[in-house]
Amino acid sequence: MKQPRPQYPLYRRLAATLVGQAIRLFARFVTAVRPDWRGIEPVPRQRVYYANHVSNADMPMIWSVLPPALRRQTRPVAAADYWLQTPLRAFVGPEVFNCVLIDRRPEARTEDPMEKILEALDEGSSLIIFPEGNRNMTDDPLLPFKSGLYHMGRARPAVDLVPTWVANLTEIMPKGEVIPLPLICTVTFGAPVHVRDGEAKEAFLARAATALADLAPEKRA
Amino acid sequence: MIPELVLLTLGVCGILLGLTLFGEFLRARQPADTVNPVLETYMIRVQSWWAMVLLFALALITGTTGVVVLFGFASFAALREFLTLTNKRKADHWSLALAFFVVLPVQYVFVGMGWDGLIAVFIPVYAFLMLPIVSALRRDSDRFLVRIAETQWALMITVFCLSHVPALLTLDIPGVGGRAVLMIAFLVCVVQAGDLLDFFFGRRIGRTRIAEGLSPKTWEGMICGVGSAVVIGAALHWLTPFGVLGAMGMAGAASVTGMFGNIVIAAIKKDRGVKDWSHLIPGQGGFVDQLDSVIFAAPVFYHLAKLIWT
Repeated sequence: MKQPRPQYPLYRRLAATLVGQAIRLFARFVTAVRPDWRGIEPVPRQRVYYANHVSNADMPMIWSVLPPALRRQTRPVAAADYWLQTPLRAFVGPEVFNCVLIDRRPEARTEDPMEKILEALDEGSSLIIFPEGNRNMTDDPLLPFKSGLYHMGRARPAVDLVPTWVANLTEIMPKGEVIPLPLICTVTFGAPVHVRDGEAKEAFLARAATALADLAPEKRA
Repeated sequence: MIPELVLLTLGVCGILLGLTLFGEFLRARQPADTVNPVLETYMIRVQSWWAMVLLFALALITGTTGVVVLFGFASFAALREFLTLTNKRKADHWSLALAFFVVLPVQYVFVGMGWDGLIAVFIPVYAFLMLPIVSALRRDSDRFLVRIAETQWALMITVFCLSHVPALLTLDIPGVGGRAVLMIAFLVCVVQAGDLLDFFFGRRIGRTRIAEGLSPKTWEGMICGVGSAVVIGAALHWLTPFGVLGAMGMAGAASVTGMFGNIVIAAIKKDRGVKDWSHLIPGQGGFVDQLDSVIFAAPVFYHLAKLIWT
């Protein structure tokens, strides 16, 4: 596969691999994170994994449970303002996770985020995205989706849009806490959705959100 | 190295080798291109048994440190499974973090140091009183009693009870000395063998369910299972300081407590709507699924041994 992205020097690539493995082992030791392939098989197909977002640990969790061959082909879509804030994050985001960094500030940005996303898809990468746009701090299972998922589905209809539910992270790391609790985290992959012919944006986003929320384990009273 | 331990390990490995060869024999008779799911599950379970037996034997051979570390990690995995399914809110974050990172390691330090007074009161008294204080200070009373009660139950089952297996090493029974690890081997062997034979006889001759709708256990299976545990206890009495009759009695008490413990754990799973506690032991479910009977048997075994033989 062609990789037109900047080619980092060998020692940085080695360091990135090591840090990636360390993150993966840490996630597995602390949360025993595991995948539940409910609607798809772990096979190399081009996919957009769209997931619920409650904590900064969501993306590393999904990334950790992907088999190595799939992980190398999968790039998380993430906010540039977060990942470029410190030198450490600027190493971890673009080099370890191989993020597609997008600018969240419509007034200041020079590149269209959707163009960068489609570019990554055209290179053959799969993506991880969080269509709620922000971390969900409410008691509702999901915030209303932003329209990006719809545009991706329209522009690249062959790509599978896979609902991906990350369970228990709110309890593992509630907002404002420093120490993560070692509870078991499960990442559930549902059956893929596609934008239907002539389907309106709102209807599709509602359908995609339902497909995702349906994967959540039942909340007990 | 204790000769009895080597003998026992070789014996158990021999049994596992027999089970593995039996499975491979059935596999070889399987028509080409077909898979028998029951057989494959059986083989996965035998493989998990190999891993558990080898790890356990290694820990016993290492002595106190190995046993304490092994059961410390087992407690960690079990507590993680348990607290994943309990009621909790943000206000419990600190008390849960304390449970994992302070209460659990401190209990195992007490076991490693052999401070039996602290082993007995630390979780039932200090953790029991302190963790609710930490939760209450966060001022969230929603389902408060349920939250603190479930956290305490998790600690009692997965840390306090389970730590009584390595705590057997702290018992000062005359004439045992460095051979105390053999008592652990005895406890685990009779309980697990009783469970396996209960399952086997339950399948064959079991009729009357003990707790219909909760657990497949039957009275017939349980009586045969406990009976087998007593016989195995007699056969393995040389591992213990209890004598033949004492070993039979202890094996029976441990086995019967363990089997009812399995029903209690089944009731909790049913309540929470799960089939297994986790996925961590291939073919067997989670650590709590694997250890439920040992968890219930260990404190009883420990206290009877302490009461009668020290």
